[in-house]
Amino acid sequence: MSEPLFSKKNLKLLSDPLNDSNPITVQVLGICSALAVTAQLKPSIVMTISVMAVLAFANVIISLLRNTIPNRIRIIVQLVVIAALVILVDQVLRAYVYDVSKQLSVFVGLIITNCIIMGRLEAFALGNRPWQSFLDGIGNAAGYGFILIVVGFFRELLGSGSLLGYKIIPESWYIVNGGFYENNGLMVLSPMALIVVGVIIWVQRSRNRKLIED
Amino acid sequence: MDRNSNTYTFLYAAIMVIVVAAVLASVSMALKPAQKKNVEIEKKQNILASVNIESTAETAEAIYAEKIIDEYLVNTKGEKVDGNAFTTDLKKERAKSFDEMVLPVFVCDTEEGRKYVLPVYGAGLWGPIWGYVSVSADMNTIFGANFDHEGETPGLGAEISTSAFEEQFKGKEIFDNSGELVSILVAKTGQVAPEEHKVDGISGGTITSKGLEAMLKDDFTGYEAFLNKNKN
Repeated sequence: MSEPLFSKKNLKLLSDPLNDSNPITVQVLGICSALAVTAQLKPSIVMTISVMAVLAFANVIISLLRNTIPNRIRIIVQLVVIAALVILVDQVLRAYVYDVSKQLSVFVGLIITNCIIMGRLEAFALGNRPWQSFLDGIGNAAGYGFILIVVGFFRELLGSGSLLGYKIIPESWYIVNGGFYENNGLMVLSPMALIVVGVIIWVQRSRNRKLIED
Repeated sequence: MDRNSNTYTFLYAAIMVIVVAAVLASVSMALKPAQKKNVEIEKKQNILASVNIESTAETAEAIYAEKIIDEYLVNTKGEKVDGNAFTTDLKKERAKSFDEMVLPVFVCDTEEGRKYVLPVYGAGLWGPIWGYVSVSADMNTIFGANFDHEGETPGLGAEISTSAFEEQFKGKEIFDNSGELVSILVAKTGQVAPEEHKVDGISGGTITSKGLEAMLKDDFTGYEAFLNKNKN
């Protein structure tokens, strides 16, 4: 325990998932929710915060319990912890940000099945101390959320001409008002999220050569 | 204790479940009032939307208090009965026999005259669908409509809650010239029906469209006596 809280090794837990082992672009996990909630920026941000809360706490709880969990039911224990946390998040959203909770509807529940969360619990939290697990959870959720927010940014800007609900493209630019501009309707639909994620992967691999497989 | 023994596993599972259940139950109870409030505000927003008044979660209550001048219950004979219109559960009422049913009516003063908001409730494809339809003082012309659903297919049946679909209802008529209740037909392309009783259905959302049509027909039948009585 002589290791400092923010040692190089620990910081790597935070920074790695942002680039070299990004859950979405490198491990290709959690794609389903990345497509579904990113039509606008606001749900993307809320989803990011929700996943971050669930993943960080689940990691810490599992890490604290790791020496007591009976091996044969460890997956069930992980699931119960995740499910309980997700229900908590859902209840809080419903009480304080009702409109967002309606928009996310089933996807909050689907955090339970988000492969990233189970993956981190099984691969990391079961074998590491709580603090490291906490950092790993925050890092991976940030890596996931970063992609979500980038995708949400482009989809809302190009698809609806707004960001967080505020109009960015001036009304006078639109063809209906005598301008030259039209929103790209495809951006609002989920296939476009896949294409945007694809473009992000392309950009990332062209800058980070070690990710390119032979 | 041996971590791999059956006793330990069972005990562990049991204790974990009890702890989790206790936590969830207490959080749920603590947040219930705030959640109920949100549902109420949404209902007010939907009622206002059916008379074409836009509101946000913050303004809904104030606008509702100002515009909705009366709310009461009527039975299927068109008589007013006692009770709270706002909290009446339409699902329970629809399950009763026709004679025992009581239906809520919301009276709204808009810039275009007095409107009557009639809640409707029925079944779509995957679950319940519901909405609010407002009629003008002639008790025949639809002034606006707002629909919602629990889990219709996004992009198909779920389109009933889009304004493009709801807009179609404006100006449609519930009764024909002889005073017969015909309700609104949610039509497929090529289906022949008088224009004033017809809206376009949703491609790929046939069962939801038909469910909506049946919902309107059923619920207008319940309101028929009330509508006839107050016609002027």
